[in-house]
Amino acid sequence: MRDRKDQNESGSGFSRRDFLKGSSAAAAATAMATSATESPAQQSQSQGNVASAEARDVTLSINGQQHTLSLEPRVTLLDALRNDLNLTGAKDVCDTTTCGACTVLIDGKATYACARFAVECEGAEIQTVESLRNGSEVDEVIEGFVEHDAMQCGFCTPGFVMATRAFLNENPNASLEDIQKGLGGNICRCGTYHGITQCALQIAQKGGACSWLNERLVGDLVAKTA
Amino acid sequence: MAERTIGWGPRSENRLIGSEVQRIDGVGKASGAAKYTADINTPGTLYAKLLTATIAAGKVTRLNVAPAEEMEGVHAVHVLNGEGAEIRYEGTLLAAVAAERPEIAEDAVRAIEVSYEPSEFFVDDDNLEAAEAAGRTKPQGENTQGDVEAALSAAKVVHKGYYGINTITHMCLEPHGSHCEFTGDEDLTVHLSTQNVSGTGGQFAGPLGIDESSVSIICNYIGGGFGSKFQAGEWGLACAQLAKKAGRPVRLMLDRSTELKIAGNRPSGFAEVTIAGDADGNITAWDSHHWGTSGINGSVVRLSLIPYVFEIENRNRKATGIVCNRGPNQAWRAPNHPQLSALTATAMDDLADKLGMDSYDLFKKNLDKTERPDVYAAEMEVGAKIIDWKAKWHPHGKGESRGGVKSGVGMALHTWGGRAHAAICQLKVHSDGTVESYGGSQDLGTGTKTIIAMTIAETFGIPMSKVKVHVGSNAYPKSGPSGGSTTVGGVSGPNRRASQEALWKIMDLVAAKYGVDADSVEAKDGYFRSGGKTICSWTQACRLIGPMPLEVQGTGPKDDGLTDQGVGGVQMADVSVDTETGIIRVNKFVCVQDCGLIIDLLTAKSQVLGGMIMGIAYALSEEQVMDNNTGRFINADLENYKLPRIGDVGELVAEMYQPDSEYDRGVIGLGEPPVISSGGALSNAVANAIGVRVPVLPMTPQRVLEALKGGQA
Repeated sequence: MRDRKDQNESGSGFSRRDFLKGSSAAAAATAMATSATESPAQQSQSQGNVASAEARDVTLSINGQQHTLSLEPRVTLLDALRNDLNLTGAKDVCDTTTCGACTVLIDGKATYACARFAVECEGAEIQTVESLRNGSEVDEVIEGFVEHDAMQCGFCTPGFVMATRAFLNENPNASLEDIQKGLGGNICRCGTYHGITQCALQIAQKGGACSWLNERLVGDLVAKTA
Repeated sequence: MAERTIGWGPRSENRLIGSEVQRIDGVGKASGAAKYTADINTPGTLYAKLLTATIAAGKVTRLNVAPAEEMEGVHAVHVLNGEGAEIRYEGTLLAAVAAERPEIAEDAVRAIEVSYEPSEFFVDDDNLEAAEAAGRTKPQGENTQGDVEAALSAAKVVHKGYYGINTITHMCLEPHGSHCEFTGDEDLTVHLSTQNVSGTGGQFAGPLGIDESSVSIICNYIGGGFGSKFQAGEWGLACAQLAKKAGRPVRLMLDRSTELKIAGNRPSGFAEVTIAGDADGNITAWDSHHWGTSGINGSVVRLSLIPYVFEIENRNRKATGIVCNRGPNQAWRAPNHPQLSALTATAMDDLADKLGMDSYDLFKKNLDKTERPDVYAAEMEVGAKIIDWKAKWHPHGKGESRGGVKSGVGMALHTWGGRAHAAICQLKVHSDGTVESYGGSQDLGTGTKTIIAMTIAETFGIPMSKVKVHVGSNAYPKSGPSGGSTTVGGVSGPNRRASQEALWKIMDLVAAKYGVDADSVEAKDGYFRSGGKTICSWTQACRLIGPMPLEVQGTGPKDDGLTDQGVGGVQMADVSVDTETGIIRVNKFVCVQDCGLIIDLLTAKSQVLGGMIMGIAYALSEEQVMDNNTGRFINADLENYKLPRIGDVGELVAEMYQPDSEYDRGVIGLGEPPVISSGGALSNAVANAIGVRVPVLPMTPQRVLEALKGGQA
């Protein structure tokens, strides 16, 4: 059984980049639409290339670090992050790719980590919420969430922070209406939408400014894709 | 400072209390560093998955877990309801499996062989006739006061209406669950997603046959509770049993579907209401019969609270519970109130319409029948200004239609107690000037830790960075469960008392050391002063404490004026309804809320805004949908159980009503009130827009269209 990397390199089978293309028009935070458009593509293109169910080594690049894990192909990126790497900022909430609590950035794009198998993410740069903090230095989005009290229980908050970060990267001058649409891929139960909106709006009015952390990561991505 | 009496300081002298202070754990939560129960991964942790019943009623005729036990990677299987067990609702837990990996546990659950003998079930809670025919009704009381018949015949207008509000769930984003780990055979550490840190140890000890003193309960962060997380739960006990059998730590969180089916819901309420008034809009008679279900025990929302907020002289009321094969209810934010508010405020609004009155005027006219007419009147005035009521209200349905979109405004009132729960705190002042507070409370996201730190820092006149707050462990002095808006008073009272007492002790040390009169010493901005002169800094004063910390215990509640109970509140909504699609948009939604002394204005407003959004949810979109053919909860997931998203809530205004008279009352809880009157306010706004009542909440597009067609929603 060839592994997926071989398939991609030989040009046969499906490539992750192909279905990223299909969804690139979707705004960063509408990851719900993203998952809906990608799943059928994956199914149709992977026919005849059924992967082994056995665990295999999977190397993931997360927050700039390489991690090799032994995982069955069915293990989601979310479970790998949470259970194998103890990166628990991404939360497991809905089981149904609906709520965005597990939002991470894959090659800069907001994605539900529960909607991806870990093996699919080899070769991609994965950014989790943990990357937005270095000791006492935090990304501006985190600062804004705290300033506007855009959280209560906080369980949806890291996912919302990631969705907001990605959305503002792509829409630095977003309007209120843009924000209300663009952050529609996440759900909060406590009712913190007001604070989140205020936070996103305030940053957008400053031109979606990136913090040093984000500048570095975005810079890396630009260099990679150039 | 002269007299040493417990109390809050003069409002104008507060440095922190009453201002907007960011929550102290905000960065931890937003950056993903905060560890919730679902995040606990101690070395060797096994993952548990559950097998649940797929029938609404019947018997388990076979349950063979051997195939699961034999699987590689499976460490323990625990049967909760085996052969012969009776099933009374879908989702009942049958067995739990703990395995090396979650996917192995899922395989093992699938390998378990189960069969049932189904029996008759009933889930149709709004159909009173069918429930009676099926023998599923339970009388839940009736009573009478005054002379309703006479009042009805003397009334200028009598209105009869049918109203309802469906069952909703708590939908905690962190499901119910725990992480259990034994040290040796006896000592059990439970990370529990709980609103009741101090009160759940015994629930584990008894069934496991261990001492209560051997159970440690820890909950540093909880991902939502809303009233549903006071118990260890059978899933909690199952987790502990698995950990015991496996000799390894186990984490068991309910999956989303099971969470919705069995971990709690808010009972439904449906009512036939007759309401009558005189020409001036005075409500003269009320007659209601309400029914609904809380699930299998067949209780119903409380009889004694209808009509809600308003005490009507001539009143008949009756309640009937329906026994349904649905998961058990749990307290849901402001138990009973949102349903009864919706059933009452909508009928009042329809009466106003029949009288040809502005419903604002009718509510105002009847404020003398409430417990706090002045507060409601003031709040209504503030709310009306913000929502521009006078410009926006029109007789029901008589507003302008813009391409089929019609707008309207509506309002409703609410009330809640919010008395402080019992609690103890242990305060430590160290010789380096740092302070710690310990209490077995929990921060549900309301800002409990922040308001404790504010209370202490305000009392000592020191920065909040000097204060460490410890909650979330049953090793700390006990604190009441966080429910019913009891926590803010529960924890601020004891911490204020302890801080004041500690401060007086430090003042005595300062007075002795520097030779001044202790009664003349004041603490402010990090310094001690006497007679207008600075004596020493806070840090210098704390050095006088010596190597052992100064410890003071604070208790509560007490009748010393720090806390109080009883609030009002008003909500007003401005909505647009698309009469072609039935879609309702909230344009603006206002809550004017009193709550006594506000400690943190920022988190207080967050509570109100959050309540309003939950109110929009149950008014417009969320509901438990049961299938009468299968008895199953068919939208038990986050995709089909509709919650509003960020673009669905409109402009929200949380206006805290805080004249000095409120400050002087002391601290009163705030969590429940702002979630109560949303259903009534939004329903009334929709009726004002389209001219017909959408009788049942949530007002889904389908129900709106049915109401417009004149059909039953």
